[in-house]
Amino acid sequence: MEAQQRAARVAGSLRQRMRRLGLGAALALAVLAGPATAVQPDEVLTDPALEARARAISAGLRCLVCQNQSIDDSNAPLARDLRLLVRERLEAGLSDAEVEAFIVTRYGDFVLLRPPLRAGTILLWAMPLIALSIALWAALSLFRRGAPEAAAAGAALSRVEEARLSELLGPGETTAPGTIRDV
Amino acid sequence: MLIELGHFALVLALFIAMVQTVVPAWGALRSDDRMMELAAPASLSQLLLVLIAFVALMHAYVTSDFSVLNVAANSHSMKPVIYKISGVWGNHEGSMVLWVLILAIFGAAVALFGDNLPVTLKANVLSVQASIATAFILFILLTSNPFLRLDPAPVDGQGLNPILQDPALAFHPPFLYMGYVGFSMAFSFAVAALIEGRTDAAWARWVRPWTLLAWICLTLGIAMGSWWAYYELGWGGWWFWDPVENASFMPWLAGTALLHSALVMEKREALKVWTVLLAILTFSLSLMGTFLVRSGVLSSVHAFAVDPERGTFVLVIMILFTGGGLALFGARAGALRQGGIFAPISREGGLVLNNILLTTGCATVLCGTLYPLALEALTGDKISVGAPYFNATFVPLMVPLLLALPAGPFLAWKRGDLKGVSQRLFFAMLAALLGLVATFAIAERGPWLAPFGIALGLWVMAGAVLDPLSRARFGVGSREEVLRRLGNLPRSAYGTALAHFGLGLAVIGIVGTSAYRVERILPMRSGDKVEIAGYSLEFRGLTSGRGPNYTEETALFEVEHGGRPATELRPSKRLYDAPPQPTTEAGIHASWAGDLYVVLGDPQADGSTAVRLYFNPLVRGIWIGAVLMFLGGGLSLLDRRLRVGAPAPASARVVPAE
Repeated sequence: MEAQQRAARVAGSLRQRMRRLGLGAALALAVLAGPATAVQPDEVLTDPALEARARAISAGLRCLVCQNQSIDDSNAPLARDLRLLVRERLEAGLSDAEVEAFIVTRYGDFVLLRPPLRAGTILLWAMPLIALSIALWAALSLFRRGAPEAAAAGAALSRVEEARLSELLGPGETTAPGTIRDV
Repeated sequence: MLIELGHFALVLALFIAMVQTVVPAWGALRSDDRMMELAAPASLSQLLLVLIAFVALMHAYVTSDFSVLNVAANSHSMKPVIYKISGVWGNHEGSMVLWVLILAIFGAAVALFGDNLPVTLKANVLSVQASIATAFILFILLTSNPFLRLDPAPVDGQGLNPILQDPALAFHPPFLYMGYVGFSMAFSFAVAALIEGRTDAAWARWVRPWTLLAWICLTLGIAMGSWWAYYELGWGGWWFWDPVENASFMPWLAGTALLHSALVMEKREALKVWTVLLAILTFSLSLMGTFLVRSGVLSSVHAFAVDPERGTFVLVIMILFTGGGLALFGARAGALRQGGIFAPISREGGLVLNNILLTTGCATVLCGTLYPLALEALTGDKISVGAPYFNATFVPLMVPLLLALPAGPFLAWKRGDLKGVSQRLFFAMLAALLGLVATFAIAERGPWLAPFGIALGLWVMAGAVLDPLSRARFGVGSREEVLRRLGNLPRSAYGTALAHFGLGLAVIGIVGTSAYRVERILPMRSGDKVEIAGYSLEFRGLTSGRGPNYTEETALFEVEHGGRPATELRPSKRLYDAPPQPTTEAGIHASWAGDLYVVLGDPQADGSTAVRLYFNPLVRGIWIGAVLMFLGGGLSLLDRRLRVGAPAPASARVVPAE
């Protein structure tokens, strides 16, 4: 704990120095993704089934002060508080859904790494299906209109192509009969 | 002095790129040979100048010249030489110089090896390449100049972030950039084709090697990043669906689709319009990746450039090239002739399915990555889209892709015979079935879907093995005939099989470690023993030591497996000198079954040490699989028919005209 605080202090002064140097490079990575010590031995519940449920719930909750980490992966003090809270509620006999709802009433939907389905997120959840439908529709129309176009395609050479062709074949050789001459 | 020379060289490179943008394209328009011929020397001198700039910056890093602001901010005299070198691209400014250098290398490669390109196509391609170079050199000079001096120079530098001081991460950015920037070739060829209003099989043959080269580099780059995260971040995770990871994954997905659609275009003259569009989109996604990372809009753990000025600049570049490319596509795509009909059940049909699923997957990742930003900007509503979303949406899309994959290479062009293919894939089905039963028998716990995932991986791997064997009439022809046929198979056939095999292996690794991971977290004192996944570990205490630029506490674990000594593990915790920051170094013991992974935690109040132990089954399959994909792509690249610049036999050129 002490080492962490010291590291945080040093990182803070480092950032100040960098700002003095006029640099925008914040060492967000350094501060946030340092050594992961996440779940501590003293947090682990004695009942393995309950602990497994706690882990599953934690993996779906965002560490609010981190960037894109679940509380299960994070070593931030707030993440630890949340982990303890989840375990406390589980020990009090709440179901997984009730624990999650309890956390959401405190911290809002932002805490859920799997966004709930509501008006603002319908498009998010529908997007894979919409994209798949568009792709399938495009592919089907490809097969439908394939036939007539194919007849027209690839029949003739452009003037440039023909020039290139005769260049490749050399002056002595005749070009192949039929379609190739047919511009 | 050298650093000023580098600065000057970059300014000169900008002017050359500007000239190269305008003159050759104009020459192509006017059919002026001399103007078009300017492109090649211009791109070569552009490479030389950017190289001078890059070397000057690297020199400043290696000699620890702290009178250069960029070096002072990101390097340290005590750093090992390799990290002084990688420090060049371990920061925003330097990494953009690397970006431009790789861009110049690709441009020069077209100039050098593009002799067999039609002159107008070559001129247009090099013009488009130069326009990208112009935009990015301008970006460096105006917003991210690494050549600025610092007066007075500090005694020592700030140092490179210790978690970036790592061999895998030293080469992660160059490979990633070779991928991103390599896709600019596909973009330039696509735009040039649209300008000329024509594409043909030959066009696809020129585009494919560049795309393949970019793709293998991106594959390796992503794998290196994931491998690094696995052993360095200290909880054994290898993919987090972090926005910045997604930023590299989207071009990979689109690039994979592009490789396969370009194949259809080359062999069958079909999917032309789509391939051109995909080439534009793939590079646009690369640009978007650059924007997302460079601007810091995602404020994810990777974003180390939090600067609105830069963000806006890259956004403008992105809009200019994506918008410009798409507008040109809208205006000119009609001019491209479609050709080659095929039945839905055919090799082409299989590749179309590949494209449908990969593009949908890519769109899903894009949506999940940008949705929180858009929602917050539009409504102020903040949501989080994390791993559970992608697992619920992206993963199901990949299942049909993997199911269909082994059949693809067996299907005939134009019209395939699904029944015949399924007969030839009998042994792959058998392998998958055996794997399914075996996994159910071995696994004592874990989700019931996981054995199906393992079976899916085996199905892909076995299908990949059967592909060249079946082509060689294995089991049908005589031994001599099979060997002769195996010897005559083109390298690209082996490349395809190897890459698909690698994908199957990666799937098994992903499923194995996600579903069957074992974890123990406990406080330990010297002499304590702990059991995990058949291993027995004895903690033999902590020792303090000193590395080149850090102090560390190292634990010793004696590991036994099945009662016999297996190995010793030495996980450690380091505190770096500059910047003074702690890191953990995991102790990892690899075996065929999986990785034993030990990390040190904090000292506990009662004098013991927190220890976290994991057993990650089959996890190496992920990276071995990625390396096989890299090698498979490389093998295809060596195929004579695909080799960069290798002229195709004259007969092959006549055939498409028939």
